[in-house]
Amino acid sequence: MSAYLIKRILFMIPLLLGITIICFFVMRLAPGAPTDLQTQMNPKASAEMKERLRSMYELDKPIHVQYWSWLKKIGRGDLGISFSSDRRPVSEKIWERLPITILINLLSLVIIIAVAVPIGVLSAVHQDSLFDKVTAVFVFIGFAVPTFWLALLLMIFFGIHLGWLPISGLRSLNYEYLNTWEQFLDLAKHLILPVFISAFGGLAGLSRYMRANMLEVIRQDYILTARAKGLSERQVIYKHALRNALLPAITILGLSIPGLIGGSVIFETIFAIPGMGQLFYMSVMARDYPTVMGILLIGAILTLVGNLIADVSYALADPRIRIS
Amino acid sequence: MNFWEMFYKNKLALTGCGIVVLLFAVSLLAPVIAPYDPGAIDLKNVLASPSAEHWFGTDQLGRDVLSRMIWGARISLKVGFVATGLAILIGMILGAVAGYYGGWIDAVIMRFVDIMLCFPTFFLILAVIAFLEPSIWNIMIVIGLTSWMGVTRLVRADFISLRERDFVRAARSIGANDARIIFVHILPNALASILVAATLGIAGAILTESALSFLGIGVQPPTPSWGNILTAGKDNIDIAWWISLYPGLAILITVVGYNLLGEGIRDASDPRLKR
Repeated sequence: MSAYLIKRILFMIPLLLGITIICFFVMRLAPGAPTDLQTQMNPKASAEMKERLRSMYELDKPIHVQYWSWLKKIGRGDLGISFSSDRRPVSEKIWERLPITILINLLSLVIIIAVAVPIGVLSAVHQDSLFDKVTAVFVFIGFAVPTFWLALLLMIFFGIHLGWLPISGLRSLNYEYLNTWEQFLDLAKHLILPVFISAFGGLAGLSRYMRANMLEVIRQDYILTARAKGLSERQVIYKHALRNALLPAITILGLSIPGLIGGSVIFETIFAIPGMGQLFYMSVMARDYPTVMGILLIGAILTLVGNLIADVSYALADPRIRIS
Repeated sequence: MNFWEMFYKNKLALTGCGIVVLLFAVSLLAPVIAPYDPGAIDLKNVLASPSAEHWFGTDQLGRDVLSRMIWGARISLKVGFVATGLAILIGMILGAVAGYYGGWIDAVIMRFVDIMLCFPTFFLILAVIAFLEPSIWNIMIVIGLTSWMGVTRLVRADFISLRERDFVRAARSIGANDARIIFVHILPNALASILVAATLGIAGAILTESALSFLGIGVQPPTPSWGNILTAGKDNIDIAWWISLYPGLAILITVVGYNLLGEGIRDASDPRLKR
């Protein structure tokens, strides 16, 4: 197992380098870069801003020198200073907002698994039943719904029409005066809609995948064997079939991470949640380039780490992977 | 059964086809069928709820929501086709080269695909847009440049399975060069799967554009797009539900249409894939 782990981590290094190279080239689109055409067209880029960009990225040096010194800087965890009026280090601004974004993404992963797996299994076991057909329609619509629109509709219905759920922020105004239990409830209420919206996109994909997987597994010889030796249907499905159908789903979850993180921009902006996605949106609007670059890099690294965790847990669960 | 017979018998695929044709018709005929000028401000009729005069109500400037949606269809159509066209072009060339030549060329291209897939696409698009001016052309190009990876993988897989076939050897033995083999002999065999990927890709591009425009980083007002009409919906969420409801339905129906069409083409072109 440790050999597999080491191999897998070594494999990450070229990807990590590639990510920094792409970030570096995106960054060179910035005003002040040799492609100066953009600057003249962009009234928002002040002379001072251009000067700071120039000194920050050492634009007078050859490109590989620029890249190397930038790489050394981010290697030390130095992502530069924000262009916004607070002038704080970018890493500090991201760090304080990262936990809430990760929390919401983890909660939605849990919900995706808890809802999509049973749906997929049940519709495969009862293929062509009414349940299967109804979920197929829902899954199809799920692929096509713009999540930000669904968020608006849920805000109108649950937030404004029924008044059950708060529609913005993480805490009520009277949060300070509540006891611990009430504070927890308050936070939970604020999280329901954002977590649901964040999970929604992944639900359709995973349940459809689980269904296809389960259908394939049920037709295997070892399931026939399990039935032949007289196991109950329950044991056949939930012990023998489910385990094997569940394994490849780990990879799918790993693949869904970039979508989840990317989606955080949308739901954090709509629900005014002070996470990394909202910071990203505000930085894009304010053209706070160092922060934009920092979050782009962190987003890619989070994806990489998420994929590593998915691959490793796949290897833990399936010995065939770590031996070959 | 041939392709058209299969396709014709598939009611869902026909529905999808109908939706896409309708979208084309609405875009083309926008000046004729829109009941009002999409930019006409009417301050006496601000945020009017749906009625006989304004079927889908009016927005905060008194503009007719239905007319804005009809003109917005043009944006969706354009973004879908241009962005996906670019993605297909890049994906097709890289996938063909990687699959045909194999070896280190393949390794380099596929590592590049892996790296691109690490970025949350929406982050990458936003970051690039932050550096450029948000305009419809920039949006289309950036969406195209960030969504070619799936096509590359698909085309590469097709090329790997096709490159050792007898018809390729025959072409090579009569002296066809690599470019001819790739484009004239192998690529036509991969067209069906590319067409499916393109149709589904258009749906994805429309969703991405609407999200960007909704956030105010896509198509800029006063040009109407379904996404930026929804921004007005969010700003008036507590008083005017109709601005939020209808444009989103239009996006949903359009995306469902392209998805049905894409799956219909797949089922008809390769019956083995049908479950």
